[in-house]
Amino acid sequence: MDYRPEVIERLTELWEGREAGILKGSPEVFNRYRSGAFSEFLSLGIPDRKNEAYKYTNLEKSFSYKYEKYFSPKPDDFREAERFHCEVEDLDVWNMVLLNGFFPRGDEGLAMLPGGIWVGSMRAAAKQFPSLVEKHYNKYAQNEKDGLVPLNTALATDGLFLYAPKNTVNTKPIQIVNLLQSAQDIFSQDRNLVVVEDGAQMSLLVCDHAISPQHYLTNTVTEVYVGRNARFEIIRVQNQHNDSGKITHTFIHQERDSFASSNNVTLHGGLVRNATWHRLNGENAETHSYGLFLADKHQHIANFVKVDHAAPNCNSTQLFKGVLDDNATGAFNGRIMVHKDAQKTNAYQSNNNIILSDSARMDTKPQLEIYADDVKCSHGATVGQLDENALFYLRSRGIDEREAKLMLMFGFAHDVIKNIPIEALRDRIDNLVLQRLRGELSRCASCAIQCN
Amino acid sequence: MQTEFLLQIKDLKASIDNKEILKGLNLEVKPGEIHAIMGPNGSGKSTLANVLTGREIATVTAGTITFDGKNLLDMSPEERACEGIFLSFQYPIEIPGVSMVNFMKTAINEQRKHRGLEPLSASDFLRLMREKKELVEIDSALTNRSVNEGFSGGEKKKNEIFQMAMLEPRLALLDETDSGLDIDALRIVANGVNKIRRPDTSVIVITHYQRLLDYIVPDFVHVLYDGRIVRSGGPELALTLEERGYDWIKKEADVTEETWTTDRK
Repeated sequence: MDYRPEVIERLTELWEGREAGILKGSPEVFNRYRSGAFSEFLSLGIPDRKNEAYKYTNLEKSFSYKYEKYFSPKPDDFREAERFHCEVEDLDVWNMVLLNGFFPRGDEGLAMLPGGIWVGSMRAAAKQFPSLVEKHYNKYAQNEKDGLVPLNTALATDGLFLYAPKNTVNTKPIQIVNLLQSAQDIFSQDRNLVVVEDGAQMSLLVCDHAISPQHYLTNTVTEVYVGRNARFEIIRVQNQHNDSGKITHTFIHQERDSFASSNNVTLHGGLVRNATWHRLNGENAETHSYGLFLADKHQHIANFVKVDHAAPNCNSTQLFKGVLDDNATGAFNGRIMVHKDAQKTNAYQSNNNIILSDSARMDTKPQLEIYADDVKCSHGATVGQLDENALFYLRSRGIDEREAKLMLMFGFAHDVIKNIPIEALRDRIDNLVLQRLRGELSRCASCAIQCN
Repeated sequence: MQTEFLLQIKDLKASIDNKEILKGLNLEVKPGEIHAIMGPNGSGKSTLANVLTGREIATVTAGTITFDGKNLLDMSPEERACEGIFLSFQYPIEIPGVSMVNFMKTAINEQRKHRGLEPLSASDFLRLMREKKELVEIDSALTNRSVNEGFSGGEKKKNEIFQMAMLEPRLALLDETDSGLDIDALRIVANGVNKIRRPDTSVIVITHYQRLLDYIVPDFVHVLYDGRIVRSGGPELALTLEERGYDWIKKEADVTEETWTTDRK
């Protein structure tokens, strides 16, 4: 039986009571797009497996659950979050703590870091930088088929705002620790906007950190604008428990001569789906999309990537890897789209997966869509076991089988991690992955980033 | 009690996919001896290396292998390595993402653990790396990379000898270590082996050609043909083989086989 009509009914009830719950306190620019977005959501619905992009991802378990709470936390809820500190040894960062995707002290939360980069809540940003927010909000989150994006636009009340004005450079990376903590089961929609203006640079680390055992479902939309000759890097470390669902849609819009890199490291999570859209809108831009996941038990991890080459002379790479054990399932859906005028495009895509058990399953679908005639594009996908020859080679030097397998899996994973631009962080994440592979990382409390 | 032989292979039979490859092989190696095993393609040389190192491609169907008085066939590949067996691979494997440093550190410490020793400290390990790198003339650029990744054929072989230097085995099996090497690389590799060897290190050189044996001079040369050692001799046997090829050996061996079969009837 289709579970969706009931869920849509529940969401429609929320929508109908919007005066009190959704509209109140929300930025005016958010409210402007809601009605249109909600109708769009109703016509697209919750994606099912007939939707090409969700062919291998079943949302039912996460979406059919009856959540008790749908909106942003109340100010009181943040007390715990404000006490939370994350000190990462050897890693010098600006540290921010969010609760379920929301910035503490909603309306007032906006601060400028040394170097001139602004960090805060969307609500505060809409007050302080109204024309900037208006210029970018809901301009890049465009897709024709995924109903969850307009659902977010219709219901989101706040989110994170990051702004690097022209030629500003963050002196050290910004670390966002997103605490998932709630006394109730919660389905939340956060809406984030990142603006990196011409010549500016921003480097961002986002850690999801579940600290209470409730059911969570997060439907996150993040829009990123990367101006001319600007540089943006984002690394996400997702470490959530098996009763949590995490859906992210990240839209990275790049102007000419810009650089962007996205790296999603998924260590744990019941259902995780990361959709990353890269649009190369100006000449000579470069973009990289990386992803690594390690899944076991009944976890499902999916990566969806689309790189849109809309301008000539741009370069892009996609490298996604997965290790699957037990009954875990995974999906990769990656597309390179080269528009008619995007001559001299260089686009590369690779998806490699290792299956450790008979019952794990990986579906992969690499796609190319090319309308220009002078381009270099390649793609490839593999699903296989650990290399027996390599395993024997390590064992023949005295390394026991278990350790040798770990080394190979780690080597496989490191291929993605090595692209993380911050060295201290790369080492940390290497460590996390190693712990995860050893089975020592079962929940956030043992996270090697060592927040406390 | 110290056994006289480090390695003793008795009447060894082994098959791959139910096809018998080794058909009753005998070989005895004392500490410090160098044995060369030569033979035409398909005679079972690589299978012997696989069986000695515990690779599961080949199944042992009969016979015994004793190493330092212990039953080798009971041991996993890693136990054999810890006991002191080292194989220089004919085709070394590339392992992207696993650094040479991490690989060697893990291997050495696993072997030390097996012998009841503490792991090497980071500084002792690095000192050892430096020493051995000089000994086998291997470039630091190589040892800073992932295992064999992007190495040329010669660099891979040199890296095998570097690993041998690090692990200091009691028995080294060199499986066609000379194939594909130019004369300079061959000399470096062979000299490396000679420098690493202690008086009691035994070596089995598996090769097609006599060339390597100019540098690593064997005490004994054995000819492996059709799964058996059909002739053994001193270093001069290798020269004879180089000159006359394997045909005369084949003929001789086939005749013996026929006679033997007839006798049995």
